[in-house]
Amino acid sequence: MQRNRIEKLVALFVLMLCFFSCDLEKQDEATKAAKKAERKAYIQHHLQDSYDFNLFSYTKDDGHKAHVGFPLPVILWDDGLKIFSSSKFHHGETVAEVGDSYYKLYHGKIYKTDAAGTINYDDEHHATNVKPLDFSITKGVVMILITGLLMFFLFRGLAKSYSNNGGIAKGVGRFFEPIILYIRDDIAIPNIGKEKYMKYMPFLLTVFFFIWFLNIFGLTPLGVNVTGNIAVTASLALLTFLLTNFTGTKDYWKHIFDPLGDSMPWYGKLPLYIILIPIEVLGIFIKPFSLLIRLYANMQAGHIVLMSLIGLIFLFRTWMGGAMSFGLAFAISLIEVLVALLQAYIFTMLSALYFGFAAETHDHAEAHEGEVQHL
Amino acid sequence: MEKLLGEFSLGLFIFQTALFLLLLFLLKKYAWKPILNAVNDREEGIKNALDSAEKAKMEMQNLQADNQKLLQEARLEREAMLKEARDLKNKMIEDAKGEASTQASKIIEQAQAAIASEKQAAISDLKAQVANLSLEIAEKVVKEELSNKDKQLKLVESMLGEAKLN
Repeated sequence: MQRNRIEKLVALFVLMLCFFSCDLEKQDEATKAAKKAERKAYIQHHLQDSYDFNLFSYTKDDGHKAHVGFPLPVILWDDGLKIFSSSKFHHGETVAEVGDSYYKLYHGKIYKTDAAGTINYDDEHHATNVKPLDFSITKGVVMILITGLLMFFLFRGLAKSYSNNGGIAKGVGRFFEPIILYIRDDIAIPNIGKEKYMKYMPFLLTVFFFIWFLNIFGLTPLGVNVTGNIAVTASLALLTFLLTNFTGTKDYWKHIFDPLGDSMPWYGKLPLYIILIPIEVLGIFIKPFSLLIRLYANMQAGHIVLMSLIGLIFLFRTWMGGAMSFGLAFAISLIEVLVALLQAYIFTMLSALYFGFAAETHDHAEAHEGEVQHL
Repeated sequence: MEKLLGEFSLGLFIFQTALFLLLLFLLKKYAWKPILNAVNDREEGIKNALDSAEKAKMEMQNLQADNQKLLQEARLEREAMLKEARDLKNKMIEDAKGEASTQASKIIEQAQAAIASEKQAAISDLKAQVANLSLEIAEKVVKEELSNKDKQLKLVESMLGEAKLN
């Protein structure tokens, strides 16, 4: 039964691909190049945060683009607070007039312009217009809010089900409870230790589910790419950095500024420390920076690959090529589902490891030595 | 790097940080703490239950061992009591036998003494009677003697024959 349904679905997709490819007439080189550039811009656009929640867009019969979605509020600080709907930009096609200022959307950023919407460029074709301070509720912020609400109600429900059901999870919580226990037993306790792990558990759990859920949202056709946004990963990594260094014990700091300890007299350590201490201090910053880049690059790359493969369908315009691209895109989507979980796991795991360094007391130092080398 | 910095949006960064921290504190208060506490309590409960089950098992075993010991002791005691009783019985029988035999011999002795005295009495009585009879016979004989010598003799003889029969 199940198999039959899958076969039907595959057949439907192949038919659709055939329809797409048969419907489109041959085009000359110039339009092909233009289409290619359009696809590239489309992918770029979708990787970026945006000021409106665009579900999909299509070209109308009269050649104009129609966008289906809803606008979001734009909040700017430019000689006073300016709040207006992003529908004023008309998807970058018009200049938004707010009071006596004019703003234009150019490559996903808001610039202050004159009434005509002129964008000035420097030699490297970068816009030189003033960028006002931007605190808009973008698509990313909306998705963060939705994920936050989802997580709150989900885990609040789980917490309630424990008290209402005599200590046993109910409903969807039964799926999440083992994951919470896994984070506790296989991520937090082995890395941080049994005495101190409780202090870090809320952050580890929140960050894991937050990244995982947003990664999964990124795979939906909504086209959100929150965890693939450098600002979001930077914020998460910054919190790990702050939490690591503000909870660091004496031993943690000693490990950085006096890594050799009493194994050597001071005059022996001095020449070594000229090299060692800067490396250790750099390490404090490199660790969270690697978290930031890893998550960003993985999610960004996943989205680019996936969208490029889907784009291939429109590039090939043949029955075979379309089917092949579809198959590839399908396979990559499955891998991306795994990557979504994996990246959440890696971020949580490494955060726990760094917290472990910060929380270590001297008798644990030897045990962690091997792991440091490993990284 | 320039592209990365270009993509960096301060607004999103601030919103993300603020919302994430809010989410972190809300979840910490309303979700993670209760969840982890509930799970810990449950695990503690399971551990305690297992421990107490183990303890109960041990107690049961101890109890059984005690019972076995008591039973063994009781059996030994019974054995000892039975032995004692048997010994007592035997001793009583022995005693009774001894007493009975002495009693019997005493009775026999008494009986023998009584018989002897009775016999003595009977003999003396017989002696007296014989003496009386002899006197009567002697009297008659004397009387007959006095009348007829032959007859007197005959009479003595017949009398003697009668006396013997008696």
